[in-house]
Amino acid sequence: MFGTVLVANRGEIARRVFRACRALGLRTVAVYSEADRGAVHVRDADRAIEVGGAPARESYLNAERILEAARQARADAIHPGYGFLSESWRFAEAVRRAGIVFIGPGPEAIRKMGDKIEARRLMSAAGVSVLPGSFDPVADVAAAEAIAREIGYPVILKAAAGGGGIGMARVAKPGDLAAAFAAATRRSQAAFGMGELYVERYLERPRHVEVQVFGDRVGSVVHMHERECSIQRRHQKLVEESPAPGLAPATKTGLTAAAVAGARAIGYTNAGTMEFLVDEGGGFYFLEMNARLQVEHPVTEEVTGLDLVVAQLRAAAGEPLPWGQSEIVQRRAAIECRVYAEDPSKGFLPSPGTVQRLELPSGEGIRIESGVEPGSTVSVHYDPLLLKLIAHGATRDQAIERLADALDRCVIEGVRTTIPFLRGVVASSEFRQGRVHTQMLEQGAFNA
Amino acid sequence: MPEEIKAHITGVVFQIPTKPGDRVAAGDAVIVLESMKMEIPVEAPRAGAVKEIRVQEGQTVQEGDVVAVLE
Repeated sequence: MFGTVLVANRGEIARRVFRACRALGLRTVAVYSEADRGAVHVRDADRAIEVGGAPARESYLNAERILEAARQARADAIHPGYGFLSESWRFAEAVRRAGIVFIGPGPEAIRKMGDKIEARRLMSAAGVSVLPGSFDPVADVAAAEAIAREIGYPVILKAAAGGGGIGMARVAKPGDLAAAFAAATRRSQAAFGMGELYVERYLERPRHVEVQVFGDRVGSVVHMHERECSIQRRHQKLVEESPAPGLAPATKTGLTAAAVAGARAIGYTNAGTMEFLVDEGGGFYFLEMNARLQVEHPVTEEVTGLDLVVAQLRAAAGEPLPWGQSEIVQRRAAIECRVYAEDPSKGFLPSPGTVQRLELPSGEGIRIESGVEPGSTVSVHYDPLLLKLIAHGATRDQAIERLADALDRCVIEGVRTTIPFLRGVVASSEFRQGRVHTQMLEQGAFNA
Repeated sequence: MPEEIKAHITGVVFQIPTKPGDRVAAGDAVIVLESMKMEIPVEAPRAGAVKEIRVQEGQTVQEGDVVAVLE
């Protein structure tokens, strides 16, 4: 095991990783931007190094400065958290070349899964079902039309370099394709510097169900069951839970087997997530793989009783997986809510500011992962996630009751938050009955 | 009658898709702010010509700051 770990991140996830490091007796190093001098993650670490200006590209995305900080602090390993540099295969490779352990998958796996068309092709070759569509970038509108005719409308155009929903366009009928193609190419070009698109069948009202996988360096790959993450807004998850309510046993078995087969096919190591869309008939299709720790990993931890971050550290140090597949059991139900500094009454507009008051619930079955404390500045420069509230119970109903109570007792003043919206979700009959799909928000399901 | 366009949130100027003299329709993005990884357009409240742009790309603006003026 290594001795010192640098966390190339901020907020709640940096604190989460530091906690796992402390559990293993490792020394910790934080990095921070100029805007984060007073941030709570900075004080959590044994040592902290400033790496640049407030904009992320000058600090948390500045690979050179972060590597320099690692050398300065004599860190033997770097944990990237999520977001920022976590899915940059170039960063993972630079870390390795610097003789430092990257706590995550190898650069090759990150690169393969980052290219959405290549990921589709590789997963299909591994026997994982993907949505009908193209396996290469489509050259022009005529090529897109030919594929759309073959697979049937509606279709979705996606950016090959894609992410976060940028450059995606739903096309309902042949007459709309040319205009949508031009617009999606333009948006993709602007966002990623390349306009390449591919075409897929568009599913109406699918569920988003993902499978946590974990691999070690001797070739073992296990799954840690599924998470239901359908409640989303602009492709950002808001509520996640496990087990996925009402998921047919055959679908669940198929999903976990596909996830393990897919991860094994690319020699995946460490923690990763295979995301799928599930249609109303229980058919499922590979969406993408997140080659890193997910925001919603605590859901899986609460359900299985296992510590994913400690496992990441051990696996990165070369230890074999501590558990066999049969020992990983869904022992209870857990639900996570993401509390963002956004104003749900104004279309989820960002709400930067200073946290004036913070009262967090506690008690049986409640876990909080917070990146803020009273007095914290919530800056315009970073993701608006303030904290995650996770409730677990012996049953889903018990988890929901605890979550509803915790949301009622959670008080945050100084910035607007998504708490009122989350209370509405948890109170809704659709959610209580587990009848969820990815288009619920757009269709106004939780409008009071 | 000139009309000031104010930022409705605090953010960093991400893009300026218009320039003085451009005609805009009500609802067109005059500038685009970035805040917490989201792009938020500041829209023209009515149709008209852009008289002045008061900000530059990369500049931080506070809620209520004037970012542009319509003719």
